[in-house]
Amino acid sequence: MATDTLSEIKKTTQEGQGDWMGGKPPMKASYGKLMMWYFLLSDAFTFSGFLIAYGALRMSVPTWPVPDFVFQSFPGGFTGMPLIFVTVMSFVLIISSVTMVRAVQEGKRENKNGVVFWMLMTVIGGIGFLSCQAYEWYNLIAVEHMTLYENPFGSHTVDGVYINDDGSKGEAFKAGQSYLVHKTDGEFHFRKFEITSGENAGEIAYETLGPKAFGALFYCITGFHGFHVLSGVLFLLIIAINAASGLYVKRKNGYEMVEKIGLYWHFVDLVWVFVFLVFYLL
Amino acid sequence: MNTEVKNYDTQAEQIIETQGYDDHFHDHHHGDKYQSGFFGKYIFSLDHKIIGRQFLITGMIWAIIGAAMSVIFRLQLGFPEADLEWLKPILGKWIIVDNGIGSLSQEFYYALVTMHGTIIVFFVLTAGLSGTFSNLLIPLQIGARDMASPLMNMLSYWFFFLASMVMLFSLFLSTGPFAGGWVAYPPLSALPQASTGSGAGMTLWLISLVLFVVSTLLGGVNYITTVLNLRTKGMSLWRMPLTIWAFFVTAVIGLLSFPVLVAGFLLLMFDRSLGTSFYLSEIFIGGQALDHVGGSPILYQHLFWFLGHPEVYIIILPAMGIVSEVLSVNSRKPIFGYRAMVYSILAIAFLSFIVWAHHMFMAGVNPFLSSIFTIFTLIIAVPSAVKVFNWITTIYKGNFRFNPASLFAIGFVSMFISGGLTGIFLGNSVLDIQLHDTYFVVAHFHIVMGVAAFFGMFSGIYHWFPKMYGRFMNETLGRIHFWGTIIGAYVVFWPMHYLGLFGVPRRYYSFDQFDTFRDFGDINQFITIGAILTFFVQILFVINFFYSIWNGRKMKSKNPYKANTLEWTTPIETGHGNWPGKIPTVTRWPYDYGKDGEDYIPQVIPLKEGEEEH
Repeated sequence: MATDTLSEIKKTTQEGQGDWMGGKPPMKASYGKLMMWYFLLSDAFTFSGFLIAYGALRMSVPTWPVPDFVFQSFPGGFTGMPLIFVTVMSFVLIISSVTMVRAVQEGKRENKNGVVFWMLMTVIGGIGFLSCQAYEWYNLIAVEHMTLYENPFGSHTVDGVYINDDGSKGEAFKAGQSYLVHKTDGEFHFRKFEITSGENAGEIAYETLGPKAFGALFYCITGFHGFHVLSGVLFLLIIAINAASGLYVKRKNGYEMVEKIGLYWHFVDLVWVFVFLVFYLL
Repeated sequence: MNTEVKNYDTQAEQIIETQGYDDHFHDHHHGDKYQSGFFGKYIFSLDHKIIGRQFLITGMIWAIIGAAMSVIFRLQLGFPEADLEWLKPILGKWIIVDNGIGSLSQEFYYALVTMHGTIIVFFVLTAGLSGTFSNLLIPLQIGARDMASPLMNMLSYWFFFLASMVMLFSLFLSTGPFAGGWVAYPPLSALPQASTGSGAGMTLWLISLVLFVVSTLLGGVNYITTVLNLRTKGMSLWRMPLTIWAFFVTAVIGLLSFPVLVAGFLLLMFDRSLGTSFYLSEIFIGGQALDHVGGSPILYQHLFWFLGHPEVYIIILPAMGIVSEVLSVNSRKPIFGYRAMVYSILAIAFLSFIVWAHHMFMAGVNPFLSSIFTIFTLIIAVPSAVKVFNWITTIYKGNFRFNPASLFAIGFVSMFISGGLTGIFLGNSVLDIQLHDTYFVVAHFHIVMGVAAFFGMFSGIYHWFPKMYGRFMNETLGRIHFWGTIIGAYVVFWPMHYLGLFGVPRRYYSFDQFDTFRDFGDINQFITIGAILTFFVQILFVINFFYSIWNGRKMKSKNPYKANTLEWTTPIETGHGNWPGKIPTVTRWPYDYGKDGEDYIPQVIPLKEGEEEH
């Protein structure tokens, strides 16, 4: 690519002098790596925009579903396992960062096979994460019926006791506990309960749907992150193929492309930490 | 003096030959790839100079369209009773003929206002100004062969072109282009059924602007890395011309603010097409309650203005850089307070990120928050004033050369002062109660960032036209253009302050229905006549521009202005790679004018023995 010639020429003819005096890249950072850093910086601002929108919308509603309640299923029909599955998928993603580090390290050692092997491990990690996310979305959409505009996860604002269909009293709950409004045959079934605390004690009330913004934000932000992982996997594959073909050996720039995609991959991991924080922990 | 002057230009050539920096550029044959065949050379060019010209000409076409739109809606405001049937061949069904009298359709009036804003802000003053001059000048003035990534640079232009095309198509929709104001606040922008322009028009508007953001980011990443990494030997950051500082900081601002706009736009797209309620809450349309609950339109305003405010500095900073350079060259004096200029650019850039809510004082934000934003907003006056005083001090007692470029540079300073002063009024959240959404605001931002940025752009075009096309623009026409424009601009925008102080609201189609505002018909007529005349003066500029490309006075010497910066050491016909042999190295700053009794000393001339750097 014509783009490389300019910088290569520059590199061969650098001379001493202060780092910022011109004639050479400051701190030996190549222009390509700088570009990746600046792109990541701008991308960080996009995610910040989303997370700030999340914060603003969450603060504007009185209740928010409790993550331990919402994210408690595990493949195979298990429930009551709060945050176990998301721990697994986060672990997969973090480990893929470790394998990415190994790929970059092998690149520094000019070991082509090592680079390709560890990049493929990273790809597997990325695909693993995406599959977990696909399952999680499937479970939320198809089993629990959370959509972009309907959120069946509500939270109680009062203490109370459920009233069964036959009029007998069911289980009791406390204010702040979350519930799932079940949907059968295309209709939500809001359970009836008797309030046992506060000034309205003794009155009968029904469950309502939770804040709409929860589902919309969840799909939008984790989807945007998942899109980043997906593009990362595609770029990793392309670069792994290039590495395997010996292109980077010819370029003699120490597998810089691997390093650049490595920066991107770590960034995507880092963003997940924040997404994880706001959706699963807070 | 004259002999010495000539000496420096030939001397510069020899010095580059002997002391330049040999990067073996021309030993490689890659260079030819850039300019092989018509398409490679002029259309899908990788050469930063051609890409700069592409940005410029596309921007000019948009400027004509955007300005023509303003003339049409000014006709409506100045002459609400006039028969506009003669516009039917252009505007078609948007001219409604009733009893033989044609009038502008109200929907289309809003569409015109919206498109005028969008086009001028994004396509002309962002892409056309920073895109043109960053591309043209960054490699030339820092001594680089080209941008860090010419490919990304080319993509940056073509994404802008795509964005242009999408926006252009939206003008021809049967429901009209988007008509909810260039800020695209929900719910008008979020509900396709809210107004005629909110449907397909808004969809295309969003697509176009997302493409535009991609273009800005590709360009911005490139400008930043080029400035940091490809400076020639000796070109330390403190020896960069102020133009480069301005473009560099502009790119950083764009890189940090546009992504937030993308986040806001993505949520808006979800609201529009997927039924979410990020920005929508409890709305009735035609008596029908919508499903949307729980969203916040204010959230969009925050996300928008987090870009929107830095955006005005993205527009004005390149103009400031150009003006600094042009004023220094033409007054034959070093720029006054070089470091203060740089620090004020940085201060403005930093402050631009923490003042956005002053656009939302009346939108229901917390008054306590308003007071904080008021304080930050007023602080921006400090670096701005530093710059203004430095420009004035630069030309003070200078050996000033009056030409279109320097005239427009002075005009810029004049406009920036006039518009900046009203900014201090508007920055106060209390005064905003009276002034918000009135013609006072319109006058303020048109003068301070619209007209002023145009002046900077004109100044740059007149100044660097020889570098772009090897010919000069006609100077007499240029002077007529300057006087016509500066008088016209004040005629148009000065009276608007009075309208605004009386509370006349902006964006209104007509004031006949309001007892309070209907007395201002004369002022509106006056403004409209001024606007039409100013528009025709700009046509003069366009004619001058295109005529001069082929028939202008030819450039005879490499350095016609006797300027110090590196772009004037390149050959008149600057080929790809900019310098035919070695690239120049630099030992001094670019503002050695009138130093030690010499008129100018180009940056490539080494320091004499015992000579101190400025």
